[in-house]
Amino acid sequence: MSEASYPKIYLYKRLVEAKQYIDRHFAERIDLNNIAGAAYFSKYHFLRLFKKTYGRTPHQYLTSLRIERAKELLSADMPCGEVCLALGFESLSSFTRLFKRHVKLTPAEYAAKARQMKDSIAKEPLNHVPQCFAEKLGWLE
Amino acid sequence: MITRLSHCSFFVLDQDSAKDFYVNKLGFEVRLYAPIGDKGHWLTVAPKDQPELEISLIPVDNGIMFGPDIAARLADLIREGSFGFGVFECTDIYATYEELKSKGVEFTKEPTKVVYGIEAMFKDDSGNWFALVQKKEGYK
Repeated sequence: MSEASYPKIYLYKRLVEAKQYIDRHFAERIDLNNIAGAAYFSKYHFLRLFKKTYGRTPHQYLTSLRIERAKELLSADMPCGEVCLALGFESLSSFTRLFKRHVKLTPAEYAAKARQMKDSIAKEPLNHVPQCFAEKLGWLE
Repeated sequence: MITRLSHCSFFVLDQDSAKDFYVNKLGFEVRLYAPIGDKGHWLTVAPKDQPELEISLIPVDNGIMFGPDIAARLADLIREGSFGFGVFECTDIYATYEELKSKGVEFTKEPTKVVYGIEAMFKDDSGNWFALVQKKEGYK
């Protein structure tokens, strides 16, 4: 691909690497300033470019990954306290507050709802499949 | 009056491999994974930012939905890249292209300027093709 048709390829490569670093290390205590430095960006250039590219700041992106992972762990029956520790949150109260702000449920409420859904899928899986597909796939016989 | 599309289906050669592709390469999330006894699994995935859609990944090897001969023909057609199941949008196509390429996604068209924005094309692990588009602002 020519440079003319593909603008600033080196910037994109570095930005994608920085984003993938967050993808790999979001559960650790990572310092977003270091990520900008490692990708050879100034802090503000990195922030601006990341937001323009991904529609959210690196910090907002990191938070969204942690919340998603928290949802997965809670769905897998991990106790709230352990989820909080596993994702590097400072305290259970800050984790609970952040989780509730994003998910509109407390971690405990979310876990209960997820358990209910899991039980329902395990007991009556076909209640969760559009019937026309279940029929065509031969699952109703 | 029809108000929205809630489910659509992509036919795939292997459901486990497709799950890995859509989740670990494209970054989609699993919306529902329901084992149906020993008859198979109902699996739906979707982009994380599109809560109202479920894409069911249906393997063509079940021999029930299609019958064994049709399943075999369909698998051949999928492998040959006969089917395009849709257009995915992204906020920044160059960053998305770089990331997906780094994860091993095969592109058949590099990001190219078109009237409505910038478009690329890629294949899933079965051979189905998709467009990847970054729309121009305000373009429908």
